[in-house]
Amino acid sequence: MAAYILRRLVTAALILLGVSFITFVLLYVLPADPVRQIAGRSATPETVESIRRQLGLDQPLVVQYGNYLWNLLQGDLGRSYLQKTEVATLITARLPATLLLMVAAIFCELVIGLTLGVIAALYRGRALDNVLMLSSFVTVSAPQFVVALLLLYVFSVQLGWFPIGGYGTFSHLVLPAVTLGILGSGWYARIMRSSMLDVLRADFIRTARAKGLGRGRIILGHAIPNAILPVIAMIGIDIGMFMSGIVVVESVFGWPGIGQLAWQAIQRVDIPIIMGVTLISALAIVIGNLIADLISPLIDPRIKLH
Amino acid sequence: MKKLILSTALSAMMALSPALAETPVHGGNMIVTYKDDVATLDPAIGYDWQNWSMIKSVFDGLMDYEPGTTTLRPGLAESYEISEDGLSYTFKLRPGVKFHNGREMTAEDVVWSINRVVNPATQSPGQGFFAMIEGFDASSVDGSPLTGVSAPDAGTVVFKLSRPDATFLHVMALNFSYVVPKEAVEAAGADFGKQPVGTGAFKLAEWTLGQRLVFEKNADYWIPGVPYLDSFTVEVGQEPVVALLRAQNGEVDVPGDGIPPAKFTEVMGDPAQAANVVEGGQLHTGYITMNVTAAPFDKVEVRRAVNMAINKDRIIQVINGRAVPANQPLPPSMPGYTKDYAGYPYDVEGAKALLAEAGLADGFETEIYVMNTDPNPRIAQAIQQDLKAIGITANIRSLAQANVIEAGGAGQAPMIWSGGMAWIADFPDPSNFYGPILGCGGAVEGGWNWSKYCNAELDALAAKADSTVDPAKAEERLKLWSDTYMGVMEDAPWAPVFNEQRYTMKSPRMGGADALYVDPVSIPVNYDYVYIKE
Repeated sequence: MAAYILRRLVTAALILLGVSFITFVLLYVLPADPVRQIAGRSATPETVESIRRQLGLDQPLVVQYGNYLWNLLQGDLGRSYLQKTEVATLITARLPATLLLMVAAIFCELVIGLTLGVIAALYRGRALDNVLMLSSFVTVSAPQFVVALLLLYVFSVQLGWFPIGGYGTFSHLVLPAVTLGILGSGWYARIMRSSMLDVLRADFIRTARAKGLGRGRIILGHAIPNAILPVIAMIGIDIGMFMSGIVVVESVFGWPGIGQLAWQAIQRVDIPIIMGVTLISALAIVIGNLIADLISPLIDPRIKLH
Repeated sequence: MKKLILSTALSAMMALSPALAETPVHGGNMIVTYKDDVATLDPAIGYDWQNWSMIKSVFDGLMDYEPGTTTLRPGLAESYEISEDGLSYTFKLRPGVKFHNGREMTAEDVVWSINRVVNPATQSPGQGFFAMIEGFDASSVDGSPLTGVSAPDAGTVVFKLSRPDATFLHVMALNFSYVVPKEAVEAAGADFGKQPVGTGAFKLAEWTLGQRLVFEKNADYWIPGVPYLDSFTVEVGQEPVVALLRAQNGEVDVPGDGIPPAKFTEVMGDPAQAANVVEGGQLHTGYITMNVTAAPFDKVEVRRAVNMAINKDRIIQVINGRAVPANQPLPPSMPGYTKDYAGYPYDVEGAKALLAEAGLADGFETEIYVMNTDPNPRIAQAIQQDLKAIGITANIRSLAQANVIEAGGAGQAPMIWSGGMAWIADFPDPSNFYGPILGCGGAVEGGWNWSKYCNAELDALAAKADSTVDPAKAEERLKLWSDTYMGVMEDAPWAPVFNEQRYTMKSPRMGGADALYVDPVSIPVNYDYVYIKE
């Protein structure tokens, strides 16, 4: 077990190294000059070059990347070009909001997705099944901006049940989490449905039925716990999708997370922030997958980690 | 030259100010929203339109503007004198002005602050504005103290210039020249922008990254009775559409990003909401640049043809009428604007004739670069159609702002629609629309003169205008500027399209003259002088 975790951590470090390199190269080849963004429109060419030298952006890419890695190893993510503040400070100020939203959103996804998946499996082939599967398609492909604004308009503006965006209390959290929950639940519903169908065909279910167990006990006690396994593995992958989808929902609801931070930094070519957020997101995905893998044997003892 | 001493009596100054015509009420907290984070409140660094006026409220400069106008008035300086040759400015400081940390501001602080901006280590985007000060060439490279600024005593600052410059007093009102306390800057280091200490009407009380900034009234402010608000809160990360919903719900006093284009017709069509909207001009021009160094725009006939092909009224319809047609680089509210100039007429046949004259009767294919946010691609499409009508096929290249700026600076873009990146004046003086965007100085690799237009005669005319320092010759100077811009229109490196109007929405409880909500200098509102009725 310890060896497994160690090996996974080494892999994780390599993945992060790869992500940092690719991001760095992509930002470097971008036809936009971060120094111009810092120097502003009134700067003389001399000012622009002086800033370029001070930031070390006149050096070859390899040297720049080497410097970045060296600082990173010492836990230094650098300073924002435009805000002049430590990137670590900017990220830690916003990370709790993103993590909170992530936990709440995954909870909503699971509640909505699993419920729909189980119901669809139990009504397999019937009208209700078709309706649920169609709607799972629709939610997965619905534009986030529209769904978010729609919920905001109906529940905050018209009904006044929740605040119109913002951060701080539980009621601020509900709408963004439900938005992401609805949008992401389709995946879970489909996986849960097919997994349930497999399990319901299994021998042990027939045995349980033969023993004379009630339908409710079979489903809750035997079918669902066995069918849920692939869904757990899905959460790890979902964190990745979550990180890419959070930008829009955070903007609409004024949720002060790292998605907003990244979006603003990309527009201004603020490379240290873009690098920092990318690395933190990659880290979250790697950790998410690792945890999902570690949890699996706890749920199904047949799975062994090697 | 005569000795100039401006009125030192604050009461007289206040009585003149149109913003103070009604009786203001003290107290309350105003809520303003923005989509983007406030990057910094360091006056040497901040150069975004939304932190610009916040910095104005936290700090002060030697000079200032009458609220809601473009009229200069003394700020931290009580009076000033200009020498006969226009090369020496002596400012007498207002006594007893205190920084937010309680220390009294002195002439040494002014000298230190100016040196800090010019020092290359500060990486100030405003460094170049101070080039007229003696010793700039050395100090801007090696960071040594400027020879041209000194403090003979605690209440006097003397500037020596290397050339007469009529814009110098405007530069002294520019954020970059604002006075900062050395000890606070040194204590905070690079984080000074997040922990600002100034002499201004408000001090920063709270900054929760990514969420809000709270500015609290400075009870010791040197203008008695100002500001009127107890505090104002800036909420960031607010999508403009959502900010508008909140404003309609009474939760927000001023949505700082304005009314989103998609909602404009709806808001203005509802009398109850339209009553809360203040309309005003701004020092902005939207234009098409044409690269004069490459065919086919190296021919003046072609550039004039483009000027005649653009149906400006229709483009203004694309943005719901939020602008007025432009026929010259300067916006109408800028001194030096040529009122009796008719501009190029909208004349498709005339434009075709000019193209034929240039030997391009069959038209040609080119590219127009545009920033990729609404409404700019739609405007580019309208321009595309207009050009099509005279035989020019313009392919639209819609890119992120930074990429368009890069292409323009590198001279790779045959045409650029300036929307979203257009020049908005740093200070209300005609010179600010010339040097970087139409003069030879800006026509370099990476410069903002995207037409790469360089006319030495006009540069000389501009230099002559800016060396006309004598206030008695102000009219003569404006005439020189008017001539310069008319010369530009003759060569037509740009096709000016429109001057955007500003529409600021405010909650019904907000008071103060309308001019404060479309202040040409403090955008979107002049925080120091607005107040809450009731």
